[in-house]
Amino acid sequence: MNLAEQAQRSVAPSPAVLTARGAAKTYPGGVRALEPVDLEVREGEFVTLIGPSGCGKSTLLRILAGLAAPSGGEIRWWGGGADRLGEPGRHLSFVFQDPTLMPWASVAANVRLPLDLARRARGESDPRVAAALGLVGLGGFESSYPRQLSGGMQMRVSIARALVTDPDLLLMDEPFGALDEITRARLDADLLALWSRRRLTVVFVTHSIYEAVFLSTRVLVLSARPGRIVGEVAIDAPFPRGDAFRVSTGFAGFCQRLSDLLAQASATGAVGA
Amino acid sequence: MTDPRRLDLALRVAMPAVIAAAALAAWEALVRLYEVPAYLVPAPSEVARTLVADWSILGPSLVVTLRTTLAAFAVAVVLGTLTAFLFVQSRWIELALFPYAVLLQVTPIVAIAPLVIIWVKDIQTALVVCAAIVAIFPVISNTTLGLRSVDPGLAALFRMYRASRLQQLVRLRIPSAAPYFFGGLRIASGLALIGAVVAEFVAGTGGHAGGLAYQILQAGYQLNIPRLFAALLLVTLAGIALFAAMVGISKLALAHWHESELVAER
Ligand SMILES: Nc1ncnc2c1ncn2[C@@H]1O[C@H](COP(=O)(O)OP(=O)(O)OP(=O)(O)O)[C@@H](O)[C@H]1O
Ligand SMILES: [Mg+2]
Repeated sequence: MNLAEQAQRSVAPSPAVLTARGAAKTYPGGVRALEPVDLEVREGEFVTLIGPSGCGKSTLLRILAGLAAPSGGEIRWWGGGADRLGEPGRHLSFVFQDPTLMPWASVAANVRLPLDLARRARGESDPRVAAALGLVGLGGFESSYPRQLSGGMQMRVSIARALVTDPDLLLMDEPFGALDEITRARLDADLLALWSRRRLTVVFVTHSIYEAVFLSTRVLVLSARPGRIVGEVAIDAPFPRGDAFRVSTGFAGFCQRLSDLLAQASATGAVGA
Repeated sequence: MTDPRRLDLALRVAMPAVIAAAALAAWEALVRLYEVPAYLVPAPSEVARTLVADWSILGPSLVVTLRTTLAAFAVAVVLGTLTAFLFVQSRWIELALFPYAVLLQVTPIVAIAPLVIIWVKDIQTALVVCAAIVAIFPVISNTTLGLRSVDPGLAALFRMYRASRLQQLVRLRIPSAAPYFFGGLRIASGLALIGAVVAEFVAGTGGHAGGLAYQILQAGYQLNIPRLFAALLLVTLAGIALFAAMVGISKLALAHWHESELVAER
């Protein structure tokens, strides 16, 4: 995207994909995981949540995916309710923090699951499964079983399963946490390429400040439990971002700001909790 | 190095065989040494000889007992599985009915069998009913547990992709339940045999030319102890065969994914 386009975008903001108003969560048993959160994610944004462990990132992401009901507030997807998800242009995919694969099904069958559940014909779904597996570098593992794969490979299967439906909104909970630095950097780059090619909207959770800066258009910092958004940094570096960006001074500056915010967030949370 | 699978199998067969051979040899030796009369404890060789000699009597009895056992096992599996599906449909149904399944389990079959035999006209059917009562509980409780033991993450995933109830059942619940179900089958197969033999005992010798229990009772009255032992041996062998069959079926169904059927890595 060039500067003119960027300027135009800020004049006429793209439509909201995800809106949370006062979304809060108290688990049964009284654990207050999330203070009311207001959040708007617009089409084409790449928003990353970071925060101390146990601060409610997964909880927030599950609420944003409609997987868990908030105990207060409401969530809208493309201005509509959860019942309209899955309509054309409203496809949502979620990558869990754990691989969450069916142990009795082969890799291909695991990836094909969303298409099978939507009753797509094999002739249509098989090429898509192969393409999704190729995207995460697991071509040739179609007939393996999850137990035969390493933790990182299982995670990539679960990413392939999320991509196979060609989602418009992708929610990912620490998807690359179990991977080595090199694979992670490669998948980060692949994810960015996919994001810009498909004009995806992504909400991402990570513990890595570097990954957050590299990937995101915007990073939100959550405080320690109960989580609430305590800071926001727009990463307004141009795309496409390559390895040069990782070593630029701008990159270091963003990381520094996030690191300071995160230190503050952990401190305030600890006092409040 | 030898293939660990082969070695494993060889050990599994060889170890119990060595024990059995040693025990039989000791038994044979003791009986001969102290000249124990056959009407007290027959030697293994005597039992084997009787088994062959009396096969025309014992063979049909084995068939009768096995038929009762298999029929009861089939009834227990079908009814038990259906009951389990019913239980997981609604918490209310389970709360209301589960205590009765337990009741069935804890009441000794010898106490119920006379009633069943009085109520059910056809003696063969009555025996099947008794044995099925004994065998059904592990099927119900294991299958129910299995159908409930769905990975919550996978359940959320299926909900997210709007899986229908049928899809959830076929693609998620049944595969999740399979290892528990097969565990239930192993226990139930043995219990069906025990139930059949106990019911035959209760039915007694009156008029009905029956199964192995009938032969054991008859042999006891006649002090034909070698035949009693031979019948007992047949009951035991039938139990082992049933168990092995269940292990085989479970292996066939689960071998490609479930931990219980994977060969341990060394
Ligand atoms: N099902 C649950 N029942 C009760 N409490 C829960 C449940 N799930 C999470 N919590 C609590 O809510 C808090 C937030 O959990 P959450 O999983 O959202 O944290 P997180 O930010 O994703 O942590 P991490 O970075 O370690 O993954 C935790 O303190 C946890 O104890
Ligand atoms: Mg988490």
